[in-house]
Amino acid sequence: MSGKTLFDKIWDAHVVRSISGGPDVLYIDRHYIHEVTSPQAFNGLRQRGINIFRPERIIATSDHNIPTVNQHLPIADPVSRLQVETLEENCRAAGIRYYGMGDPRNGIVHVTGPEQGFTLPGMTIVCGDSHTSTHGAFGTIAFGIGTSEVEMVLATQCLLQTRPKQMRINVKGELHEGVTSKDLILHIIASLTAGGATGYFVEYAGEAVRKLSMESRMTVCNMSIEMGARGGLIAPDEVTFNWLAQIPSVSDNREFARLIHHWHSLRSDRGAGFEREVTFDASKVTPMITYGTSPGMGMAVNGVIPSPDYAGSSANGSYLRSLEYMGFKPGMKLLGHPIDYVFLGSCTNGRIEDLRLFTAAVAGKKKAAGVTALIVPGSQQVARQAEREGLTETLRLAGFEMRQPGCSSCLAMNEDKIPSGKYAVSTSNRNFEGRQGTGARTLLAGPLVAAAAAVTGKITDPRELVWNQ
Amino acid sequence: MKRAEFTILESTAVPLPLANIDTDQIIPARFLSATGREGFGNNLFRDWRYDADGNPVPGFVLNRPEFRGEILIAGSNFGCGSSREHAVWAITGHDFRAVVSDSFADIFMNNALNNGLLTVTVTPEFLAQLTGLITSKPETIVRVDLPGQVITVPGSGLQAGFPVNPFRKECLIKGLDNIDYLLSMKEDIMAFEKNRQA
Repeated sequence: MSGKTLFDKIWDAHVVRSISGGPDVLYIDRHYIHEVTSPQAFNGLRQRGINIFRPERIIATSDHNIPTVNQHLPIADPVSRLQVETLEENCRAAGIRYYGMGDPRNGIVHVTGPEQGFTLPGMTIVCGDSHTSTHGAFGTIAFGIGTSEVEMVLATQCLLQTRPKQMRINVKGELHEGVTSKDLILHIIASLTAGGATGYFVEYAGEAVRKLSMESRMTVCNMSIEMGARGGLIAPDEVTFNWLAQIPSVSDNREFARLIHHWHSLRSDRGAGFEREVTFDASKVTPMITYGTSPGMGMAVNGVIPSPDYAGSSANGSYLRSLEYMGFKPGMKLLGHPIDYVFLGSCTNGRIEDLRLFTAAVAGKKKAAGVTALIVPGSQQVARQAEREGLTETLRLAGFEMRQPGCSSCLAMNEDKIPSGKYAVSTSNRNFEGRQGTGARTLLAGPLVAAAAAVTGKITDPRELVWNQ
Repeated sequence: MKRAEFTILESTAVPLPLANIDTDQIIPARFLSATGREGFGNNLFRDWRYDADGNPVPGFVLNRPEFRGEILIAGSNFGCGSSREHAVWAITGHDFRAVVSDSFADIFMNNALNNGLLTVTVTPEFLAQLTGLITSKPETIVRVDLPGQVITVPGSGLQAGFPVNPFRKECLIKGLDNIDYLLSMKEDIMAFEKNRQA
């Protein structure tokens, strides 16, 4: 095997020591923390009498359980309030930068990190959140960890990690108009299955990936975990550097030119070895929707729910159970199926590009009667930009109210819950049973499919919506 | 800090043969607002185990008196989804000490091993046989031998080896904690930082 992969180059530059027969001690450049998965880690260190080793490498935000209305008021739920206050106090005591609710830099950790310039190519990045893979869009090794590992990084800025296997997903060709990066990643997951990339780190490459904007690349990398991958990454290029150049704290750095020069070397060498390579054709991807309770259960929005082809295996029972939960049957078409809720937001699709796509599709139309829409920007910065660009006003005229930023209905830790039995077309990342509220039925999709559902009140192919104008 | 040592576990087992059991099923997000590690066991598999009024769902395996034990036997891709370690705390809080499946999600497996919960990965064929046996004879004893890396059902002839990373295995057997190990390497870590700046 000759040459190194992009992943190898970043990993090797961060190995403090290799343990023979065991994991590597891997140095972590950036540690993001939030209110839900950090309190037990801070407690653990207090019990041991250990200080935070490198507070300057940590960025904290509150996002998971905060409300998306009336953020100027104290959080009503006392347990959630305590959790947010605990994070604030832990950060104050340790000298960690904390961007709490209402701060102009607040938002979902995977939206704010990149937009504030804290995520840079070549870094190792962790967070107690599985969607940390989002940051891989910048050519980083970024992955989610548990709370015990959060504690390890707080204590030593290092983790014990076994080098994962590597997979390259090549996407050739070009996405058609009306097909988004969310459709692409749902297409890939439907093909590889929800556990298909377990044990792997994925590099996304190929013509179609190069053509994606940074926001779209983040959407793709974000959902790597939904096929089991530890993370996903994309080699940085001019698209990356131009995006970063817009961030004053990054481009004002006197070293910026030198950094870009170095970042150009962050790509897989010709002949670098991957344990697995898969190729997809972007031109074959159509608007997607999920019909079950696993992100791998996705199909073309105008398709038919497949019949299980693994009769007799344990997966068969799980599949039918999943359809029963959704109120669907094999062979059903979903086009025209009525829906109750639409959620636009989350670390998957809560960025400015997503708001632009959704707004353009609903502009001049009206939200369907009977549909409750939750439009939740991923960050305060996204909200301000939407306001500046007139998106907020266009949405208002179409009957949509913009909320305040947070994770919201993606995991429904706050009040933004979908009621039992109701159908929600959601731009988030997981359609698990009860994910958006006990008994809620989630249909994952991209912002255009969500927009089409919001104005028609039923599952609609967004390309038809445009043709029928 | 020392944690419980894991060597050999002999127990009856609880079968839950569903694929893709995600961490939202293991512990729903609405229970994640706590700031401690205790008490999650009461809400393990909450929405499968209890109805909307909080009454036990009779058919669910944890509510069936014939199924008891410290070993959980699950379907493929167990623990997929969220990185929440609360899922492991819920499983150990219900006094399970090992989970058997033919595949585990990566983050879940790390979280489990960091809490002394052993993940036993077997072949799909062995898993199907084991699940079938436990389902038909709930009183069956399963033996998980970590030093020997073998899972057996004594008297049945059912036996399989399972993989464990040697470093992880030693930590589990001795009850060692990764943080103590990393802290012992502080000088190396600081030397690495200095080298990088140069």
